[in-house]
Amino acid sequence: MHIVVIGNGITGITCALNIRKLDPGSEITVVSSESEHFFSRTALMYIYMGHMKYEHTKPYEDWFWKKNRITLIHSHVNFIGAEFKVVNLENGRMLHYSKLVIASGSVPNRFGWPGQDLQGVQGLYSLQNLNEMEINTRGIREAVVVGGGLIGIEMAEMLTSRNIKVHLLVREKNYWSNILPEEEARLINRHICEHHINLLLETELKEIISDEFGKVKSIITSHENSIDCQFVGLAVGVKPNIDLLNNSGIESNRGILVNEYLETNIPQVYAAGDCAEFKYPELNDPPVEQLWYTGKMQAEALAKTICGQKTAYRRGTWFNSAKFLDIEYQTYGRMTASLDENQGTFYWENRGGKKSFRVTFNKQDRSLVGFNLLGLRFRQALAEEWIINKKPVDQCIIELAKGWFDPEFSKLFTKDIQNKFLSDTNLKLAV
Amino acid sequence: MSDQISLSIAEPGKSHPLQKTGTTLIAMAILSVFIALFGPGKQHPFIFFWLIICLTISGTVIYSLPLFKGPAGIKNNGIMHQKLTNRGAVAWGIAILITGFYILLYWFPYLLEGLIRVMDPLSLLLKGKEANQWFMYGFFYTLAILVMGFRFIVKYRHVRYQVIRTISVMFFQLGFAFLIPAFLEKLNEPEFYFSYFWPLKYTYLFPSDVGNLISSGNIGFFMIFWGAVMTFIATPILTYKYGKRWYCSWVCGCGGLAETAGDPYRHLSDKSLRAWKIERWMVYPILTFITLTTVLLWLNSWKGGAILGGISGTFAGWYGFFIGSIFSGVIGTGFYPIMGARVWCRFGCPMAALLGIIQRFKSKFRITTNGAQCISCGNCSTYCEMGIDVRAYAQKGQNVIRASCVGCGICASVCPRGVLKLENLAEEGRFEKYKRPEDVKG
Repeated sequence: MHIVVIGNGITGITCALNIRKLDPGSEITVVSSESEHFFSRTALMYIYMGHMKYEHTKPYEDWFWKKNRITLIHSHVNFIGAEFKVVNLENGRMLHYSKLVIASGSVPNRFGWPGQDLQGVQGLYSLQNLNEMEINTRGIREAVVVGGGLIGIEMAEMLTSRNIKVHLLVREKNYWSNILPEEEARLINRHICEHHINLLLETELKEIISDEFGKVKSIITSHENSIDCQFVGLAVGVKPNIDLLNNSGIESNRGILVNEYLETNIPQVYAAGDCAEFKYPELNDPPVEQLWYTGKMQAEALAKTICGQKTAYRRGTWFNSAKFLDIEYQTYGRMTASLDENQGTFYWENRGGKKSFRVTFNKQDRSLVGFNLLGLRFRQALAEEWIINKKPVDQCIIELAKGWFDPEFSKLFTKDIQNKFLSDTNLKLAV
Repeated sequence: MSDQISLSIAEPGKSHPLQKTGTTLIAMAILSVFIALFGPGKQHPFIFFWLIICLTISGTVIYSLPLFKGPAGIKNNGIMHQKLTNRGAVAWGIAILITGFYILLYWFPYLLEGLIRVMDPLSLLLKGKEANQWFMYGFFYTLAILVMGFRFIVKYRHVRYQVIRTISVMFFQLGFAFLIPAFLEKLNEPEFYFSYFWPLKYTYLFPSDVGNLISSGNIGFFMIFWGAVMTFIATPILTYKYGKRWYCSWVCGCGGLAETAGDPYRHLSDKSLRAWKIERWMVYPILTFITLTTVLLWLNSWKGGAILGGISGTFAGWYGFFIGSIFSGVIGTGFYPIMGARVWCRFGCPMAALLGIIQRFKSKFRITTNGAQCISCGNCSTYCEMGIDVRAYAQKGQNVIRASCVGCGICASVCPRGVLKLENLAEEGRFEKYKRPEDVKG
């Protein structure tokens, strides 16, 4: 059996490694035009900031792949011939496959702004983008980053680390407010300003202005303000990278359409990770999942299916994490920006305004929905156990100390949180 | 595009004016050392002593001030870009400077005469006699731990584990490894380091040292008792409860220097599987060698030199030269800017080897991975001074249980997702992997 995997990101590589574990006999080939070896995309920002070099972002040493008989091909896929089960590569090679996994990832969104193709305007997703950014930002003084999400704040942090003045344009009322409830979003707003990043809320990009050499010179915001800058970072989300599908007969919408087994409409062709779109997503689940964790979990399920143990992908108890400049974020359970009418919530913030704790629960039976944590660390296994068992929120608060994951000697806030929970009159009214 | 793409040739960040002031003062301190060396140190010990101390301390403090600027947090910006920390020309220069200093110290101390004399006033005060090269060395060693410890505390001030741990190494170096041994000498008692034990301070259980201590009366007996208790009773118990960190990153002077002065170089350790193999082939044979040598010396002394004659003594001599001087001093410290700060601790230290065996097989200590939260970014592995590929464990949801881990906790500090935690928990289940509840159910 020859399994060809397109894409060597976390999804493609996790899939290949899990297939190797389950089926020592199969032939596995991974094709990527981005890099010769698997590296961690999440670490791109740290390369720019000088915390790490590219080599540090590779989770496996280069000899590892040969030893595990995973063939790596550093080339671009031009065409998928699903009818004859072949993949044509840019370097002229043709690969025959028994099973094909497409894990081609994403590309940054661009929304047709005037001037979006000028020199010095770019998104950040790939190693190539990082290289561009290195060149585009050399010696510059001011930059604009568009987008109040995870990549936006990362780009702002990267640029700030090089002493470049950053203007961060956020369309919403607060930073990342489609995910974060208002209190958390405001906490992050303040932290962004503390880093001397010029946070412009409810502001959109209208136009990018060129200088005489075709380089970005300034931008104009939706409020008709002009901001001088030599770089514009577009961080307004990503979309599935599906250019390679053309005329292959593989069905797609925004992404490559798959069922719960990550099977496409064509037998023996699968898609997973950022590029896949679930045809029938479960209630409240987004059809396209563009996260490191979900890519990894999809790949694990898919590897089983490919090796004969047909396994449906289940997202399981929701969790996610991020870091906003210096403040870590962890979330467990389905935490939404605004509450469901059946839900109650409790929020605590420390006096310095850099740590916060939120628990949300169902009003009717007081069962736990989930946690949002900023600047605090909490045990995932425990949070999951409590969420799955629908533990009453009051019991969770009593047993809170069991869950902290902060380093030894850290100041813990168990008592503060418990006291506020008890005295929170709003909460009592809400019950 | 290949892997060799150069993403690191960035414009180095502009230095803060305070950093420039700081380096100026440190440069003047070094200049004072040179001037003292050429003679004036002997004539004006007081002036040079205070000049060197004040310039070094004020220089480091002022250099560290910009770290206070802005919110607390991990700020490793530019470490991979700067010549000082990225094995650049400056790093090589410093490596040669320190290595050269060690060579002079061990084999040509008379060339350092001018500097040794600068230490006389302090030595007379503490020990009641003139300084020798070891007092001078101890002084600078302690100064380095104190000033660089201050810098470390500023840098990691948001992590209390790091702050308390660093105060601990500073305390043990200043008190147990510098002041107390000096006072003991002043009281005409044997010079004894209560923070070093066999097998790191291997001579403490050699028959000759034990004999000397016995001859100095009650305090000598106490010292032998202390050494034996620490090696045979306290070491296994403390390592069982807390892991080898209780010693390696909280008490030990070698560890103390690595954690403070060596902090800017912790990312230079080799993380390859090859390096791990070399580590195991070096550190355990060294432990075996010093154990055998100790046993032979005792057998020999018991039989009145009848078994081996002078051979075991020769063994001890070689060990002292190759391991004690060349490895732990010249290479261990001199190569900080090239190979990272824990070369000796990782590849050579017999104490670390012994503690490591206990930590690996019989200890409550582990670094816990928080569920499936790892994003494989590699900060933990990059900044592990012991060259442990922490990420390899974390991304599988596995706990990190490794003989070499000194428990410095930097992996947990630099992790951008809060995935790692140093813990002493029940021994049972410490090797178990995290599984998603969905997978457990099948």
